Amino acid sequence: MNAPNSFRTGPDETGHFGLFGGRFVAETLMPLILDLETAYEAAKVDPAYRAEMDAGLKHYVGRPSPLYYAERLTEHLRAGAPAGMGAKIYFKREELNHTGSHKVNNVLGQILLARRMGKKRIIAETGAGQHGVATATLCARYGLECVVYMGAVDVARQAPNVFRMKMLGASVVPVQSGSKTLKDAMNEALRDWVTNVSDTFYCIGTVAGPHPYPAMVRDFQSIIGTETREQILEMEGRLPDSLIACIGGGSNAMGLFHPFLDDPGVKIFGVEAAGHGIPTGEHAASLTGGRPGVLHGNRTYLLMDDDGQIAEAHSISAGLDYPGIGPEHSWLHDTGRATYISATDDEALAAFQLVAKLEGIIPALEPAHALAKVADLAPTFPEDHLMVVNLSGRGDKDIPQVADILGTRL
Amino acid sequence: MSTRIESRFKACATEGRAALVTFVTAGDPDYETSLALLRALPAAGADIIEFGVPFTDPMADGPVIQAAGLRALKAGQTLARTLEMVRAFREGDDATPIVLMGYYNPVYIYGVERFLADARAAGVDGLVVVDLPPEEDSELCLPALAAGLDFIRLATPTTDDRRLPAVLANTAGFVYYVSITGITGAATAIPSLVGQAVARIKRHTSLPIAVGFGVKTPEGAAAIAAGADGVVVGSALIDALRATLDSEDRATPATIPAVTGLVGKLAAAVRAVRRQAAE
Repeated sequence: MNAPNSFRTGPDETGHFGLFGGRFVAETLMPLILDLETAYEAAKVDPAYRAEMDAGLKHYVGRPSPLYYAERLTEHLRAGAPAGMGAKIYFKREELNHTGSHKVNNVLGQILLARRMGKKRIIAETGAGQHGVATATLCARYGLECVVYMGAVDVARQAPNVFRMKMLGASVVPVQSGSKTLKDAMNEALRDWVTNVSDTFYCIGTVAGPHPYPAMVRDFQSIIGTETREQILEMEGRLPDSLIACIGGGSNAMGLFHPFLDDPGVKIFGVEAAGHGIPTGEHAASLTGGRPGVLHGNRTYLLMDDDGQIAEAHSISAGLDYPGIGPEHSWLHDTGRATYISATDDEALAAFQLVAKLEGIIPALEPAHALAKVADLAPTFPEDHLMVVNLSGRGDKDIPQVADILGTRL
Repeated sequence: MSTRIESRFKACATEGRAALVTFVTAGDPDYETSLALLRALPAAGADIIEFGVPFTDPMADGPVIQAAGLRALKAGQTLARTLEMVRAFREGDDATPIVLMGYYNPVYIYGVERFLADARAAGVDGLVVVDLPPEEDSELCLPALAAGLDFIRLATPTTDDRRLPAVLANTAGFVYYVSITGITGAATAIPSLVGQAVARIKRHTSLPIAVGFGVKTPEGAAAIAAGADGVVVGSALIDALRATLDSEDRATPATIPAVTGLVGKLAAAVRAVRRQAAE
């Protein structure tokens, strides 16, 4: 495929990133997503909306999040590398945001948009519960009704987040259909939206779904990359040499990557969840192990069988346990602008523990996948190579699950 | 030459009544039972058959049709086997229109051109693909029309007058009016509102209009039949089927009669209603 002049101009007016994206939804929803697109285009250029966003990001979310030099992890990896090798590693500290992950950046944008559109009822899907918690939080803050759909399997393995959402006043609906994980939660949220068309705003948590969601969520998350750019220029006087982030749907990764897509000197790595290993078939690596198909409103790489039936994903991390990926990632993959690799459950678990001990930061299991690949990649780059990893969430929510896996009774 | 769909709607109109469109899921609960049911539907009173193509993630369907799709998939149903069933049905029935209804991904993976050729050869008359709005017409709608298959569009309560022309532009065969905002088998359609909506759509098209998504009983079907060219019943039939399955979701001797019995009652109710002078 020929490289475009810019990687930052997508999607086109019909919501496509090359082959990917689009608006594959039932007719009932089509007028709603057209309304949403109109409302978002208007809000984007409205200084009042921008000001409200900026104030919310600063005073409520706690931005900017720090860019932190992970000195001990850097030294640890250099110790195992050949002389002169071992990249200098920075963490973009999204785990320090209010609610504990990057999810709140997007939710703030969508909730302020919902208010402008006069919508009183907010629905959301959630996997690990981070997006659900962020949505419940902003709904509490603005006095909106909040209904969160969550697969019954995830409700069981992410109990702390379920309790948090309820504390925040949200109703959590355990989804019993299909594989009872994130994709089924999304189906159920779409069914709710088709039913409650007049008063309900669907707050999608990642860079997927029908246009304009992939572009809109990316725009809200791009604050991550925009800040990183300013911060690294201030700290190092130049751009980073590589970026790395974990990918379920891919919103934290897209937020970090997008402001750097047209800087050819910046290598970009996305890390999918390889679960028990790609050859076992029990994984969530859509780009590595899937092919293009249509689900949840967009064409993108999906895990499926030869009849086009969607496969169940597997990952230790509920937040990555999704058989698809945002369409813009599929496009960056096919154009070769970004490189997509994968980390297994075991690798993520090891990185989770390593970073806790070396840096005093307990990462969520999701960014632990990115950290696992940092441990592989950093030693292959010279010492003057600047590598930024998106530490997209904190691991508090994963403590019971990890303790269980490590055989510790809490 | 007129199509099977055209001929059937014309024949019903000549009788002064609406057509009964019955939805069942292909391969539910297994291939043999489903094929036998398909063959039994016309005699029971079905004028047009909508044959559901199973999909793991049917986002516009309620729990009843979701479960039917999963039963079929578990029993090994594929899109290729669904086409095989239509071919087998056509050996004994060259008049009853068959419309495949489902989601885009299985068709996309089968390959659009190959699918259209195989579907036409099997004797499929039309397609309803829930997640392909007019904005994505180049995917399947336009190729289907070129291949001689009707692409039947869904119009909904949220499709306003501004949008209707785009929705109707490439629609062929009939228009499927979704009578409620919601999923299949959920809310119940309100006949007076449906009548108004059908009249509104009729101002934009001369195609027949069939109404579905919230029709559950013979009485409900009759009420809708008074103001529409066709009535679609799906979840209620699948509910009747499901109620006869054994504890492991296998068919029993009661399975086919339960569905054909209900189709008979629906047909009698629909046929008893003389169409109002709507046209």
